[in-house]
Amino acid sequence: MAPLGRACLLLALAVCAYGIGASLYGVRGGRADFRDSGRRAMYALAGILAVAFAVLEVAFLRNDFTFNTVADTSSRTTPALYRAAAVWSSQEGSLLLWALLLSLWSSLALFLVRRRMREVAAYATAVLLGLAGFFVVLMLVYATPFATTHPAPAEGAGLDPLLRFPTMVIHPPMLYSGYTLCTIPLAFGIGALLARRVDADWTRIIRRFAIAAWLLLGAGIVLGARWSYAELGWGGYWGWDAVENASLMPWLTGTALLHSLMIQEKRGMLKVWNMSLVLATGTLAVMGTFLVRSGILNSIHAFGGATLGVPFVVLIGVLIASSIYLVVSRAKMLRSEHRLESLLSRESIFLANNLVLVGLCFVIFWGTYFPLISEALSGRESSVGPPWFDRYTVPLALALVLLSGIGPVIAWRRATLANARRNFTGPALLALLALGALLVAGVQHKPLALAMFCCAAFVLGCIGQEFVRGTRARRAIAGEPVPVALLALVRRNRRRYGGYIVHIGMAVLFVGVAASSSFQHASELGLSPGQSSRVGGYTVRYVRPTATITPRQDAAHTGSTLSLGAVLDVSKRGRHVATLRPSQGYYDSGESAQGSVGHLIGGQPVSHISMSAGLTRDVWTAIAPDISSPSLQRIVSAGNRTLPPDEGLIAIAYLARSYLRSPPPAQFHLIVSPLVMWIWIGALTVFGGGLIAIWPVPSALRRAESVPSRALPSGELAQA
Amino acid sequence: MSVLIAILTLLLIVAVIVVIGAPLRRSRRARASDDAPAPARAALEAAREAKYREIRDTELDYRTGKLSPQDYERLDSSLWAEALEILDRLAALNGQRAPRSDAPER
Repeated sequence: MAPLGRACLLLALAVCAYGIGASLYGVRGGRADFRDSGRRAMYALAGILAVAFAVLEVAFLRNDFTFNTVADTSSRTTPALYRAAAVWSSQEGSLLLWALLLSLWSSLALFLVRRRMREVAAYATAVLLGLAGFFVVLMLVYATPFATTHPAPAEGAGLDPLLRFPTMVIHPPMLYSGYTLCTIPLAFGIGALLARRVDADWTRIIRRFAIAAWLLLGAGIVLGARWSYAELGWGGYWGWDAVENASLMPWLTGTALLHSLMIQEKRGMLKVWNMSLVLATGTLAVMGTFLVRSGILNSIHAFGGATLGVPFVVLIGVLIASSIYLVVSRAKMLRSEHRLESLLSRESIFLANNLVLVGLCFVIFWGTYFPLISEALSGRESSVGPPWFDRYTVPLALALVLLSGIGPVIAWRRATLANARRNFTGPALLALLALGALLVAGVQHKPLALAMFCCAAFVLGCIGQEFVRGTRARRAIAGEPVPVALLALVRRNRRRYGGYIVHIGMAVLFVGVAASSSFQHASELGLSPGQSSRVGGYTVRYVRPTATITPRQDAAHTGSTLSLGAVLDVSKRGRHVATLRPSQGYYDSGESAQGSVGHLIGGQPVSHISMSAGLTRDVWTAIAPDISSPSLQRIVSAGNRTLPPDEGLIAIAYLARSYLRSPPPAQFHLIVSPLVMWIWIGALTVFGGGLIAIWPVPSALRRAESVPSRALPSGELAQA
Repeated sequence: MSVLIAILTLLLIVAVIVVIGAPLRRSRRARASDDAPAPARAALEAAREAKYREIRDTELDYRTGKLSPQDYERLDSSLWAEALEILDRLAALNGQRAPRSDAPER
């Protein structure tokens, strides 16, 4: 079926070219039929790329090793779930997924605005088709997913074991969805500048796409953090890896945009700033994609031997240059309609929040790209580690959390000191109460964590107060019971209260980050069965070793040939807390030079962690068994000498039995981290709030709300 | 297999032509009629919605104690004035007298 895939790519390129031409001709020549045809070219592109993707997916599921990408990144021993996900573990497959998601999200966006902003949408269609065309050209010229080899190899190299985790199935598509969604505001931004229409209708449209991009990119980032923490063997959720940073940057500018768009919507201010954020967010999303495909990184996230750097640099250069030109040439059109009335207003708090977010983005940009540029120029490898990032990002994060509490309780345009006093007294007292309690609990030796806890308490106080007062106002008017009034309040003011819930989630998330990074206890040590160690007040005892052989019996279901692990008993003050079973998987390297037995376990060993997670603390464990002991290596050597290739598992079974009979000391990594669960709960709260904010208002409710309350006969505050 | 692929490819091409060619096959009259609102009107309608939302938000801000009665009165008046100005501009665009049927009553 590879020729069908190649035909799809050629057809996709033709459709992109036609769609760009039709859209531009339609908008320049005032031809609605060509504009519509251009929009439909995006729908057609989505259909074509879906067929191409299906062809590749079927090849993976059927182990069709005539496809080079299948042979390189999958194997018969790779479990079916991971074979399906292996499509996007390769450079070629991930490019196809990117282009497919771009075309799908673009189709949805263009469909939603098909009767609005025709000129802007036509230019946006051309930009989006141009971006999609760029990816199709990459697949046709540099990295085709449909390249084949005849005769096909008998077996593939297999999926990188580090990627054989359930989160891997969903993390990349979510992240790519976020990235591709970021390009939709970018396209509509360029479209608005070209059509010279940056009005309230544009703001309304851009806002919804910006929230969608923010939501999915955020979900992708958190899933990546969760994958790192719960499935990889180093025990952290964020390592300031260049690729992690690349995904965080557009999310930060997107967050800034969501806030400053509100100022433009209400006050007609910050148009240049917002347009710059729209363009920067889209460009940063493309730069994130560039990082993993340029070959300049050596990371689990990067595609090895990637050679797409030059085309991406050209694309990014074109995006930056055209963005600057368009913003500068349309500066007159982007003039603010009003000025800031008071520094004590929500506008100025949002402005401060924007500066902090962009400051964070700048710090991360500098820490991520400067070492890469320096390395490219000097040839010397250089990088900055977590301490460098922490030095700058922690104070900015503190300011951000504090502002996320102040913003919701301060009025638009102008707030008075008397009202500020009234609104901030309760939350400030709560923060002081939290400070006192924490000092009594003895956490004064971590001042930054202490400051974060107090800021979070302040935020929770501010938002809690907002919910209480809003519910009270609603009850005063409608006389509803508290739960009904609360639900009605949120339902009728989704943007406002959805946003508030996001702020609660962020405060909870930052508490989790501060606690887990400041009060973590970690230990790395060797233990033999029966021995125990203490970490963070817990006693961890190595009860007995475990071993499984053959991919079918692999306890972690990742397709490892051999899995060696341990049963650990975790207790506190003599009371049993949990039984943990960390293991390490050994995979087939596919290299016959390692011998009939050696190749079966010669691949990259991967740790499968085990943890007991709770609301107050996680006990996290990983094991690195020692199979280099002479007695075990003798079994491998003897097997290599005497066993034919298809009977190597006999020696592996004997090796596993020997390991169980007389296990050598194993290296354990034990971590006790407080409040990690709060990070995931906070993230879920953020996404819940985001969904509430973006969820469409039912048309009946929208009609009822389109007229302010005083226009209603009853004169009641219908929306309170 | 190659015949099947050729047939599938042809079907795909036909489907693409049908999808993107549909608007071009519309009659000249249908082409001329564009059901999208004029840009200026759409922008004003969006501005009206935003202003209504701002009025409601300000009222909620007042009810939740973020604004004093004096500030609320001042702000509310200026917002209503801005909303009415938008309505007037919309009416002028439609070639009518200012339609106050959906306008907020004071």
